[in-house]
Amino acid sequence: MTSAEEKVPIDIDNVDHEFVALIKKAGGPNIQSCFQCGTCSGSCPAGARTNYLVRGIIRKALLGLKEECISSPELWFCTTCYTCTDRCPQDVQPTEVIKAIRNIAVQSGYMLAPHQKVALNVLKTGHAVPLGGETWEKLRQKVGLETRPPNASSHPDAIEEIVKLAKASGFDKLVAEKEEKKE
Amino acid sequence: MAKQKFMHFLGCIIPHRYPSIEKAARLVFADLGIELLDMEKASCCPAPGVFGSFDRVTWATIAARNLTIAEEAGHNITTGCNGCFASLWDANHELKHDDELRDAVNENLATIDRVFKGTVEVTHYVDALYSVAGLEKIRETITRPFDGVRMALHPGCHWMRPKNIKQKDDSERPHIFRDICEASGATYVPYKDELICCGAGGAVRTADVKTALDFTKQKFDSLLEAGGADIIVTPCPFCELQLDLGQVEIQKHFEAEYHFDIMHVVELLALAFGHEPEEFGLATHLQYMQRKNEPAWQVLGIERPTADDASASE
Repeated sequence: MTSAEEKVPIDIDNVDHEFVALIKKAGGPNIQSCFQCGTCSGSCPAGARTNYLVRGIIRKALLGLKEECISSPELWFCTTCYTCTDRCPQDVQPTEVIKAIRNIAVQSGYMLAPHQKVALNVLKTGHAVPLGGETWEKLRQKVGLETRPPNASSHPDAIEEIVKLAKASGFDKLVAEKEEKKE
Repeated sequence: MAKQKFMHFLGCIIPHRYPSIEKAARLVFADLGIELLDMEKASCCPAPGVFGSFDRVTWATIAARNLTIAEEAGHNITTGCNGCFASLWDANHELKHDDELRDAVNENLATIDRVFKGTVEVTHYVDALYSVAGLEKIRETITRPFDGVRMALHPGCHWMRPKNIKQKDDSERPHIFRDICEASGATYVPYKDELICCGAGGAVRTADVKTALDFTKQKFDSLLEAGGADIIVTPCPFCELQLDLGQVEIQKHFEAEYHFDIMHVVELLALAFGHEPEEFGLATHLQYMQRKNEPAWQVLGIERPTADDASASE
């Protein structure tokens, strides 16, 4: 949005009319209440240091510019601090809208490699940040705790349950497909 | 009155990277007469930024599995992590209010013979400390007040936001977390950027650590402009990691050097309740391990542990 590259005019006849409905269903039901005041972007700590512009993404989404929204790398700069959501005079819940657009982006194959790794961690170990090797077990001992906490780190059957759930929801494929695409 | 019990949700960062917080929580809640029950087989909450951004139904399903563990035990949950709290509280709330989501989640849970019933509440340590133990009890338990110690706060985001849904505190002028921390006797130091995010959440730290650290650096600079502080206290281990280990990373990425001692609110209270730092391993914070240094004991008014004590457990 602040880049110097030439921008082409928006072709209003070539938009995705289903995109707004898709966002509403994916977890951003209030998107159509937006009247573009910009309170979200004015409050946004991510926007203060990156090209991430909440208002811009919501406007594009409302216009039906699906591909521009879901392929934008800036979409992933929101830290979900919810400051915009707390200040939005229209109760758009912009944070939820951004998360919904991210859901649609991931379904369409846009997933960053480090995020995919975190998702796979959960399927392999039950945790986004796994306990890991001996170093961390020793750290636990050092503070006077048992080597392994009573979570999935000491319960392989809990990991099995997570794998089954990911299979049931189709999440295993969502993560795995991306892995193949990367090749 | 029957002893208050909570299912203790650990998450990932506390037990796997900052176990001092886990140990401090056990000490503090025992001192306050609140029982923490191990939540066997709990998994990742799952991480709200990554999983919530990937697939809402999967996120809610894995969170619901954790909730069913507490439902089976018949006790409410408490957790010391803003991220875990966000996932578990939000999922619990959404599943209780969104029948379509609940049906989709229960269909998934059926494959592992579980069902979300919606019979428990999710709390944060901050809730348990403020609303269950209460400030009066906390004040009574303090034997080593942090007199003269300058304390900055980093409340973080997900305990109190979104405010209209969580209805816990005014996120623009919060007081609850501050009230608990001030009970320690330390002097609250306000700074302009106290309420901005640490930068780690929303899957940003995972994807782009330098951008995440830029938030943190802004907070540190804002605090220095306000005259600095001896400690920064937070109710979240992911924020603690970002503020603590983040100082080492900032040095690498920005060539700027900061030295702040960072504490989780239960670490602050463990010390204020008279526990020695080696009882829960305050010196195991990752900035000290990596920089091979120690907390500023003298500033904190704590006698420096001897080398033997520092490595001892219990």
